[in-house]
Amino acid sequence: MAPLGRACLLLALAVCAYGIGASLYGVRGGRADFRDSGRRAMYALAGILAVAFAVLEVAFLRNDFTFNTVADTSSRTTPALYRAAAVWSSQEGSLLLWALLLSLWSSLALFLVRRRMREVAAYATAVLLGLAGFFVVLMLVYATPFATTHPAPAEGAGLDPLLRFPTMVIHPPMLYSGYTLCTIPLAFGIGALLARRVDADWTRIIRRFAIAAWLLLGAGIVLGARWSYAELGWGGYWGWDAVENASLMPWLTGTALLHSLMIQEKRGMLKVWNMSLVLATGTLAVMGTFLVRSGILNSIHAFGGATLGVPFVVLIGVLIASSIYLVVSRAKMLRSEHRLESLLSRESIFLANNLVLVGLCFVIFWGTYFPLISEALSGRESSVGPPWFDRYTVPLALALVLLSGIGPVIAWRRATLANARRNFTGPALLALLALGALLVAGVQHKPLALAMFCCAAFVLGCIGQEFVRGTRARRAIAGEPVPVALLALVRRNRRRYGGYIVHIGMAVLFVGVAASSSFQHASELGLSPGQSSRVGGYTVRYVRPTATITPRQDAAHTGSTLSLGAVLDVSKRGRRIRPGLGRTSDRRPAGQPHQHERRPHARRVDGDCARHFQPLAAADRERGQPHAAARRGADRDRLPRPLLPALAPAGTVSPHRLAARDVDLDRRADRLRRRPDRDLAGAQRSASGRERALARAAVGRAGTSLTAPSQGASRPRRRSRTAPAALAGDRPRQRR
Amino acid sequence: MNPARKRVVRLIVALSAAVVLASALIYTSFSAASPAISPSQLVRRAQPGRSYQLTGTVVSGSVHRQAGVLDFSVEDRAGGTKVPVSYTGTVPDPFREGREIIVTVQKRGARYIGERDSLITKCPSKYKTAPAGEKQNY
Repeated sequence: MAPLGRACLLLALAVCAYGIGASLYGVRGGRADFRDSGRRAMYALAGILAVAFAVLEVAFLRNDFTFNTVADTSSRTTPALYRAAAVWSSQEGSLLLWALLLSLWSSLALFLVRRRMREVAAYATAVLLGLAGFFVVLMLVYATPFATTHPAPAEGAGLDPLLRFPTMVIHPPMLYSGYTLCTIPLAFGIGALLARRVDADWTRIIRRFAIAAWLLLGAGIVLGARWSYAELGWGGYWGWDAVENASLMPWLTGTALLHSLMIQEKRGMLKVWNMSLVLATGTLAVMGTFLVRSGILNSIHAFGGATLGVPFVVLIGVLIASSIYLVVSRAKMLRSEHRLESLLSRESIFLANNLVLVGLCFVIFWGTYFPLISEALSGRESSVGPPWFDRYTVPLALALVLLSGIGPVIAWRRATLANARRNFTGPALLALLALGALLVAGVQHKPLALAMFCCAAFVLGCIGQEFVRGTRARRAIAGEPVPVALLALVRRNRRRYGGYIVHIGMAVLFVGVAASSSFQHASELGLSPGQSSRVGGYTVRYVRPTATITPRQDAAHTGSTLSLGAVLDVSKRGRRIRPGLGRTSDRRPAGQPHQHERRPHARRVDGDCARHFQPLAAADRERGQPHAAARRGADRDRLPRPLLPALAPAGTVSPHRLAARDVDLDRRADRLRRRPDRDLAGAQRSASGRERALARAAVGRAGTSLTAPSQGASRPRRRSRTAPAALAGDRPRQRR
Repeated sequence: MNPARKRVVRLIVALSAAVVLASALIYTSFSAASPAISPSQLVRRAQPGRSYQLTGTVVSGSVHRQAGVLDFSVEDRAGGTKVPVSYTGTVPDPFREGREIIVTVQKRGARYIGERDSLITKCPSKYKTAPAGEKQNY
């Protein structure tokens, strides 16, 4: 099998070389057949790498220890699911997964655009094949997944127990998918600059891949944080570690890109900025991969014996140099079609949002690479810790949350005072209400958390208000019940309302981060059975230790699973606390109170480790030594109880806030219902001039400004539509 | 003010703000940074009252816990110089003898006192086999 894998890698390199040549010849020589051939080379590469990956996967599943990587990271006692996932737990296997995912996503991208922007796509094909070829070369020269040893060892080292965690199975594929998808806008960006085609079609192509990259990278980051919280046992989910930061940076610039692309689509502005973000996001994704594999920085996720630093430095240098050259040499093409008209406009707020996101990225970049910077400048390697990161990221995060509330509702081009008053009075009142409730609850000693909760309440107020207005408008037009109207609203304008839902999610996420950072109470205790201690507002009693040995069901009976744990009795003010989610279980025999089995140190171990553990556990029992560490308790006493109602804005924003002079949508809906002989369009046409004027005013106040001209040559002019229909999310079909 | 001049003023204000913020960032990063050093470098350079980020391997048989204080020794990756560390705070689950750790310490007498909750244990490398001498130590 190994020769087949090696042959696949050699063939993959040849295909990359051919594809690059064919694409460039096709686009430079005007040969469509060669351009198509270059694209098909990408499909072929995906197929070849899939075969190579299948070879390695089969080796893992069949415990073929002649493969060095299988012997190093798997064993017969490793469960099948983790054996399958162990492929990407090795340096070599993860490189193969990276290349495979890159080729698969690239194939999909090139397939979707096969009839559009052919020149740009040809250049993008060459760039993507070049990146894939780079990884294939790494696998052929530095870290081959198909290296073998003869005779094969009888047993492998096994997958590290810490990596035997469900989310760890999908965390790397998610993260790598995010990284590889980040390189697709990069490739199309370089292609667009080379082909001198930086138009609206280009932004539409990259947008969907930027969204996919943002989503998958974000999911990968969250899964990694979950694993860190559950498995590493240090009491947190984010430690500003270099490898964690490496994945966050492209996500931040990708977020900025998704916002600023809207400005380019609507108004033809920020073209240089967008192109720079596209190139930076792709480069940061490659840098993240480099950081993980180079061992250049100290990290809790550092990888020993890494030798891939130099090739990655060369690749990153080429990417940065070519990006700067292309942007500078094409600066005239990237000139904005319009200028900012007012600092109080959606464009300005989006720009501010971009500056905050890029500022965050810069802070994290500086802090992450500071050991290298300080060594270069002062000759001594120094590093900054979490307090330094917190000093800058917390205020920036506050600004970001605030802007995520203002941005979606403020008007395009120029917001008036009346517009601002109408859109922000309700959310500001909600934020003040939250502030009052929090002060009453006694959280003034955490001013930053307080500010974050108020900002989040403001955002939820803004977004909730948009949903309420849209639903009301929809009900007025179609007379639908509220749930149907809400669903129809979202369905008919998925982009807009999907964005709102994401903003709600981000507000909730930041509330969680602020609460868990500010109100966490962590302590390390040593308890003997029967002893108790207070952790925050909770009393924790260590009832008894547990040890479970589960015989392996494997044919060879070579190992067993040993789980060490503790039964804890947790109470608060005399009331026992029921077990929550996570790795606790309610093991309450009849007649006994609620008790928690906390298994902070439970590990699945292979035979040797199990044999090592058994005497240790027995010795501990004999000596009666403390055997449990009760840790972590959220200091919920200090969590404001009234917070939840205050932060439930969607239901608290009164739908009757519309002033009397506003469009009386309900009355209008009744009128429509009383005239069933007229269809809806007819009814809209028959609306009086006063109604139309009021409707236009309503749209202006709602900040939707759908009449804002799409001067950007980038977008076909929209058909005019009536205001209530627009508010309700009715989107006219566009001709592409 | 004409629009062109307004734009220039805005640009100057924005650039000035960016320069001020970047300067603050650079200044604070240098003043807040702790040198990352190995045990042998720590022994040579350590000054009392100054923080250092110590990176090395936990010495086998050196881990003792007493009254909430975790005592252990750290040695260079290649072996050799060992420094004793007293640490209080959260201990990550993967902490054990033979494993690489990073901890912020200050010199106090002959010992090095670990900053509370600063101990991080390197992830058991995904890309290499666990060292032969590594063993569990809870």
